[in-house]
Amino acid sequence: MAEANVAKVAPERVKPKKEKPPVKKQTLGMKILTVLFSVLSVFYIAPVFIVLMNSFKTNAGISSAPFQFPNSETFYGVKSYITGMFFGNFPFWKTIVCSLFITVGGVFLILICTSMCAWYLSRSNSIICKIIYYLCIFSMVVPFQMVMFTLSKTADTLHLTTPWGILIIYLGFGAGLAVFMFTGFVKSIPIEIEEAADVDGAGPLRTFFGIVLPIMKPTFISVGILETMWIWNDYLLPYLILDKAKYKTIPIHIQYLNGSYGHSDTSAIMALIVLSIIPIVIFYFACQKYIIEGVVAGAVKG
Amino acid sequence: MFRKPKRKLYSLIFVLPTFAAFIIGFIYPFISGVYLSFCKFKTTSDAKFVGLDNYVKAFHDEGFLRSFWFTALFVVVSVILINLIAFFVAYALTLGIRGSNIFRTVFFMPNLIGGIILGYIWQLIFNGILQNYGTNLALDARFGFWGLIILMCWQQAGYMMIIYIAGFQSVPADLYEAARIDGADKKQVLTNVTIPMMMPSITICSFLTLTNSFKLFDQNLALTGGAPGVVSDSGSMIYQTQMMALNIYNTFYANQNSRGVGQSKAVIFFVIVVVIALAQLYLTRKKEVQQ
Repeated sequence: MAEANVAKVAPERVKPKKEKPPVKKQTLGMKILTVLFSVLSVFYIAPVFIVLMNSFKTNAGISSAPFQFPNSETFYGVKSYITGMFFGNFPFWKTIVCSLFITVGGVFLILICTSMCAWYLSRSNSIICKIIYYLCIFSMVVPFQMVMFTLSKTADTLHLTTPWGILIIYLGFGAGLAVFMFTGFVKSIPIEIEEAADVDGAGPLRTFFGIVLPIMKPTFISVGILETMWIWNDYLLPYLILDKAKYKTIPIHIQYLNGSYGHSDTSAIMALIVLSIIPIVIFYFACQKYIIEGVVAGAVKG
Repeated sequence: MFRKPKRKLYSLIFVLPTFAAFIIGFIYPFISGVYLSFCKFKTTSDAKFVGLDNYVKAFHDEGFLRSFWFTALFVVVSVILINLIAFFVAYALTLGIRGSNIFRTVFFMPNLIGGIILGYIWQLIFNGILQNYGTNLALDARFGFWGLIILMCWQQAGYMMIIYIAGFQSVPADLYEAARIDGADKKQVLTNVTIPMMMPSITICSFLTLTNSFKLFDQNLALTGGAPGVVSDSGSMIYQTQMMALNIYNTFYANQNSRGVGQSKAVIFFVIVVVIALAQLYLTRKKEVQQ
């Protein structure tokens, strides 16, 4: 409604806004920009493309000419992928399963627990709730190195070194941002809705899961995206906490291989890098819109 | 909402799971971390209180000081570069040029790839280029420094661009209209309307880039791992491209006897991050305009 009015009053504005149709008349400067950005885009994709290209080459081919297409001499085909699967005496599919489990489980746990916590914190005015809330904000600034050693010792003591246990660590360490974002959103929900539910006889649990949770859906998506990106790519926390003889996430595996096997079989590592990027690219194209919205929401509130 | 008789029960159901995990995952490690920074220890159980000894050692550690200056320089250069690039790319993409959406998608993509993997991707590329000149990343600290800067720009510019685009799109159109009627030219509109209205986004982005660059670990570990190492006059090995986070990590795990020093370095690191973040937030918030 408001946008329609603006458009009527100011049919030609200085700056195009988001409601402008994308097929705006292209001036010369804009055409130059399009060309410029196209070139830049190619440079942006190039690194990933080079890795993809090298994953089909022999080791000698990678080290002598990393920027050349594979030719008959250096072509290695998918053999690097086959060696990569069991490279470093640890099956690669296991690291994918482990990463997937930790990411999905961790995000799910964070979403459910912190949204409940945030709702209670912002609807109850007790002093303890305020303290917990400010502790959560505080935890967002603290660098991981500060708690790194003591956290890994605590996890050892409590036997949280399995993929199940690490979920609890992620809930604790990731609670700050999630609680902060959820509380920000809960404050914008009119309390009358919940009071009405209360009058109708719904208890707090029913009010939360029946009414508040559906309203919070956009924040769920934002928090979910941010936490997914964090946990999937996290290296140091799982490295210090997981029992690495049994469980490895993808970043741990890649780092381990580079440290100990890196100079012996580069092409297998290239193949594994490609394999580990594929799930992210699929995830990105599947929910690009939400990812970008999630990033904006996270930033504006953070 | 929460009536008296069952209030305790509900607080348990709603808050306890998160709070318990928060204590395990953050509060307890944090407090014992602060305490251990005053102790000499190998594991948490054999801690002996030694007062400020660890801090004195940390401040006399050449490698740590070197990593501090390296990090500081890196932060300054990367924050400025990333924000400039992101700001102008976002500005250009909101002009409505053809293919804006595709460009946005492409520029954001590197953010989804983890730091370790990014580090190795760029290591391959930099070494591939440098080997034509008979050198590589591990031989010269300047290569490592600029390599990290390029990597971070490549990764972070897209993220900040997304935030700046949202900022540009939230500037009310009537302000531009008013400026145009008052006879402002394009440059005046940019400096007097757009940039003041963009201050919230600039605050957020500089805050994010600042803390991200300061805490950088994965990329540093994967790209150079601190190489090259140079033996200093006093005989200790100084890693030239080691950032603070990596230095602290190595103090902990490369040598078990220096864990107390490592923990005190971590506390110093934490204090620096908090002070910088607060100062920066305060300074840019002052410049923001009320909408």
